[in-house]
Amino acid sequence: MRVCSELNDTHGPTAEEKTSVPNVSRVVASQKTRKRGNQFSFRRADMKLYCLSGHPTLPCNVLKFKSTTIMLDCGLDTTAALYFLPLPLVHSPRLSKLPGWVSKDGAVNLEKELKECSGRVFVDSQPEFCLPEKELLDLSTIDVILISNYHCMMALPYITEHTGFTGTVYATEPTLQIGRLLMEELVTFMERVPKAQAATCWKNKEIQRLLPGPLKDAVDVWSWRKCYSVQEVNSALSKVQLVGYSQKVELFGAVQVTPLSSGYSLGSSNWIIQSHYEKVSYVSGSSLLTTHPQPMEQSSLKNSDVLILTGLTQIPTANPDGMLGEFCSNLAMTIRAGGNVLVPCYSSGVIYDLLECLYQFMDSANLGSTPFYFISPVANSSLEFSQIFAEWLCQNKQSKVYLPEPPFPHAELIQTNKLKHYPSIHGDFSSEFRQPCVVFTGHPSLRFGDVVHFMELWGKSSLNTIIFTEPDFSYLDALAPYQPLAMKCVYCPIDTRLNFHQVSKLLKDIQPLHVVCPEPYTQPPPAQPHRSDLMLELQPPPMAYRRCSVLGLPFRRRYERIHLLPELARSLVPSEIKAGVSVATVSAVLQSKDNKHVLQPVPKPAPVPPSKKRKRVTEEPPEVLNPKPLLSGAVPLEPFLAMLHKNGITEVKVEETADGHILHLQTEDVLIQLEEDATHIICDNNEPLRTALRDLVLRFLQKL
Amino acid sequence: MPDIKVTPLGAGQDVGRSCILVSIGGKNIMLDCGMHMGYNDDRRFPDFSYVTQNGRLTEFLDCVIISHFHLDHCGALPYMSEMVGYDGPIYMTHPTKAICPILLEDFRKITVDKKGETNFFTSQMIKDCMKKVVPLNLHQTVQVDEELEIKAYYAGHVLGAAMFQIKVGSESVVYTGDYNMTPDRHLGAAWIDKCRPDILISESTYATTIRDSKRCRERDFLKKVHETVERGGKVLIPVFALGRAQELCILLETFWERMNLKAPIYFSTGLTEKANHYYKLFITWTNQKIRKTFVQRNMFEFKHIKAFDRSYADNPGPMVVFATPGMLHAGQSLQIFKKWAGNEKNMLIMPGYCVQGTVGHKILNGQKKLEMEGRATVITGTLDVKLQVEYMSFSAHADAIGIMQLIRMAEPRNMLLVHGEAKKMEFLKDKIEQEVFVRCISCYMPANGETTTVVTNPSVPVDISLNLLKREMALGGPLPDAKRPRTMHGTLIMKDNSLRLVSPEQALKELGLSEHQLRFTCRVQLHDPHSDTDTLGRIYTHLKSVLKSYSIQHVPDGTVIVESIVIKVTSSAEEPNLKVILLSWSYQDEELGSFLSTLLKKGLPS
Repeated sequence: MRVCSELNDTHGPTAEEKTSVPNVSRVVASQKTRKRGNQFSFRRADMKLYCLSGHPTLPCNVLKFKSTTIMLDCGLDTTAALYFLPLPLVHSPRLSKLPGWVSKDGAVNLEKELKECSGRVFVDSQPEFCLPEKELLDLSTIDVILISNYHCMMALPYITEHTGFTGTVYATEPTLQIGRLLMEELVTFMERVPKAQAATCWKNKEIQRLLPGPLKDAVDVWSWRKCYSVQEVNSALSKVQLVGYSQKVELFGAVQVTPLSSGYSLGSSNWIIQSHYEKVSYVSGSSLLTTHPQPMEQSSLKNSDVLILTGLTQIPTANPDGMLGEFCSNLAMTIRAGGNVLVPCYSSGVIYDLLECLYQFMDSANLGSTPFYFISPVANSSLEFSQIFAEWLCQNKQSKVYLPEPPFPHAELIQTNKLKHYPSIHGDFSSEFRQPCVVFTGHPSLRFGDVVHFMELWGKSSLNTIIFTEPDFSYLDALAPYQPLAMKCVYCPIDTRLNFHQVSKLLKDIQPLHVVCPEPYTQPPPAQPHRSDLMLELQPPPMAYRRCSVLGLPFRRRYERIHLLPELARSLVPSEIKAGVSVATVSAVLQSKDNKHVLQPVPKPAPVPPSKKRKRVTEEPPEVLNPKPLLSGAVPLEPFLAMLHKNGITEVKVEETADGHILHLQTEDVLIQLEEDATHIICDNNEPLRTALRDLVLRFLQKL
Repeated sequence: MPDIKVTPLGAGQDVGRSCILVSIGGKNIMLDCGMHMGYNDDRRFPDFSYVTQNGRLTEFLDCVIISHFHLDHCGALPYMSEMVGYDGPIYMTHPTKAICPILLEDFRKITVDKKGETNFFTSQMIKDCMKKVVPLNLHQTVQVDEELEIKAYYAGHVLGAAMFQIKVGSESVVYTGDYNMTPDRHLGAAWIDKCRPDILISESTYATTIRDSKRCRERDFLKKVHETVERGGKVLIPVFALGRAQELCILLETFWERMNLKAPIYFSTGLTEKANHYYKLFITWTNQKIRKTFVQRNMFEFKHIKAFDRSYADNPGPMVVFATPGMLHAGQSLQIFKKWAGNEKNMLIMPGYCVQGTVGHKILNGQKKLEMEGRATVITGTLDVKLQVEYMSFSAHADAIGIMQLIRMAEPRNMLLVHGEAKKMEFLKDKIEQEVFVRCISCYMPANGETTTVVTNPSVPVDISLNLLKREMALGGPLPDAKRPRTMHGTLIMKDNSLRLVSPEQALKELGLSEHQLRFTCRVQLHDPHSDTDTLGRIYTHLKSVLKSYSIQHVPDGTVIVESIVIKVTSSAEEPNLKVILLSWSYQDEELGSFLSTLLKKGLPS
């Protein structure tokens, strides 16, 4: 006989259970936000979405669902860096001699903060980034952050540090490892070239509106922040809990979240957030093209009540395959003419595909001896890490590992010395590099990183070519501080994320009830107002959000999961009401703990201990607690009479009334009124008879 | 009553040919499909005729799960799938899927090419078998079909080893395969969450052992190797190509480096480099430290350890050789052993477990003379064992403490031991049943072919209407009051396989039924020399004192209402003192109505 049953399990709470106890600060904080929430909507919605970023591919949304607060991604908009002067690694006479900016009438003098360069005004300070909105809701109330890919987590340290955040971040292992590399790279880029002063005067509203464009039109400049430190990165990433695709993660017993492969980058995921009855799909950067990552998992997105759609391609008019072809041919042309090729890029992602493409292309183009250089503080780590995530790769890369061979051919490029990687232009690189060559280096904004040096070095020669492959920055803006430029510029943006055609097909397949998306997806691109094919057209129309929107999601929760204990379940007596439908009345005691509900049998009353009061027991009033079931059905006259007869009641006078019959039990002097929806027993001074009649009537009725 | 059945076809009170059948929630699962190193006859493979006497296994099994690549866990797989016949899914982790076919091919070569056996599976069969494999990742929930789901947990032991949770509805079983609860030089420790399975099926190789610290064992190992090499002896370390070999290589490599030793270290068979390559590519499966530093220094790139050639065995001077297989039952390790056994300067270090029937097992039991057989051997007849023999348990199995640790982690309701010797299991079983865990655990240790049945008690999931739940939670508070539990009343509607619990009112509405009112009226006669109004007042006062926790109202129109029970008083002009008390109540207040009519019959207190 086992002593311990599920219910008596009162031993210490498990780790999961502990975290689910809401702490006081959280309760207080959530009250705070609730008050604020009223500003937007008085209707109590079960589910709300707070939109902290308006950037369609660098999203940051917060979903309040049941009792949980879930942040979906925290992307960092680095385009703000374009307003700043480049940070040269080596002293640049050109950049150091730029004239300061003074307004035409001389009234505003910001010559220390702003410099005129190539006909534009730039901020001379450490580049800053635009953070997700921090004022819309109390960030300390966030329970978990779900990360979909390494590009969408770059704002993490701003969110998890110094805001009172105490929750958990969920991400896949490649997302964490490569995300860490990208953050460390960013920090190194900044810290390698320290700037003595931080420019802030120009941000003054009165001053900013006097500045020339595009600085004049920069928005939210006060929320811009400079880069975090490596300590903050480490602290933020220590809050990450690793998850695998299709792993079901329970949050506080209320909600289950699951990452699914999204096909965009190593370890990239979409997320399912669901309870037993509601399902939200969060689709972030996803791709249907066959590149290196595991293909996108689509079928699990079916039956969503709400689908939050972000991260579509930023260049809907460019075909990635075509761009790749153009990339190769421009590269070959430049090399053949004796020039160098500069490819500003991120240190992970498309670069793996570019290297693989070049691995095949260079030999066929007879350029096999051209050296490739990959220069980044994390170049080596990025190349090494790419080889150890077999589980996260597409089928044919996976099967290479079974041989065992490295999944990416860049291992061979390194082995044969065709590809060399260096942490920076300083050190070995300067003595080893040969021209003409191809250099892959960051940052794609051209404002910091080793790429700044190559711009200064190669920009003056028309033999050289810069090929833009990353779609995040406008190449004209990126090049602005380097003008006039003799070097050739080629724009081959490779964005493998879903295009509008693919996404409408996807949505047709998975049929979500409602779609939520960033506002730009609901209208054609501003530059191509007639391209109605470059927008989402859905029925019902998608709910659009922008920065600082708060949306009530259309949900009506009706049911919750509850468990009947086996003893209770066994005690139930179902009866068939109509074909295929049975009912059973349930009387039970409810127990709710950690958002899990259990029904247990009503405990039998403890036997009354024998005492002097024993005799009076019958006079104790009955307990209030046991409600009777509702009754339904009718008591048919003839069968009822037969039943009475069977029970020895033979003298019955039946009288017909407007609504039914009145039965007079003559011997017993009892009246029974039978109507279609009612039975009335009038019986004096004979309790045993009354209860007997009651039970006879009950036999004809259904109990609910 | 629902139950779970577990039948070992192998590894029941034995080590070798692990193969365990589990029936849970109408699903049949085969856990591992191994071979026995100790036998060369039919007993080598599990007895699949237990599943079916004739025909294929496909229709009897929903899936097959392989825990790791050791042959005693996967050696019978091609035989099972290709020769007996199984076409369903076979689940294993990526590293297991990568390495398993190589070891199977190795096994096949030794058996067919060297021993000349026929009627064995072919290379093509291994390939066809591997096509049925579905690789899975740690913690990924794999839906085998709509009801059956499986999930893998890290088990340590060897690269890619996993424990598996098998779940149907709310019933579940966890199978550990082989596992290790302490991290070693290249792998991490097994981990599982508090998943509270109905049965935890655990290996129990070291059921009675409590091992000393790993550091001591390592120091001891290095000392013995060093001493032998110093005196010019040769050290033979039989290992399996993957697993312990890498751990010991890392150990020797760093030692050689530190001590600046020159004696050569060899690793037999061409597998070495390949094996190390697997470790490099699956580095995410190794321990924290190796994963963290692999970019700077890959631990699986060895400087001192070179590939072995058969001719080296006759070279003079000291050397250390790692040779496969690990139990000295065949192959290169056995050949080298035969060459070196006669010299007392040499040493044999057995770093792992040897199953009964193998040469390794005989030697470890102190046997000094061995009868040699087989056509490919150089020496036939009797072999004198003069070299020194050391047994050092480096095999990564959980010891008694580790097994207890895992029980605490997973909190199973029942425990079932496999993969161990009966006597040792007996000891551990007692220990588990005596130990106080969160709940008392029954422990089973079925023999091969013996079925253990465990009755489960699954709760029944039901959809409750949110209105009803919220109302109840508002009324009753979150936890039942032990003294006055609140009874919730609801109606369970069963329709098309759905179970919904709603309020009775809602049930009536949904089912399109109307309510049937059942009322009772009862007249009680009473002598009371007061006016009708006063009598009613006296009834009110009386009831007030008796019914403390009920709502009682005295309505000015001449009625007293208790809950929904209506009480009126009338009398005739002829007999003004004979009061007729009229009680009327509905079925919902039946108990109270019955109580009141009895109470009032007894009269009013004067």
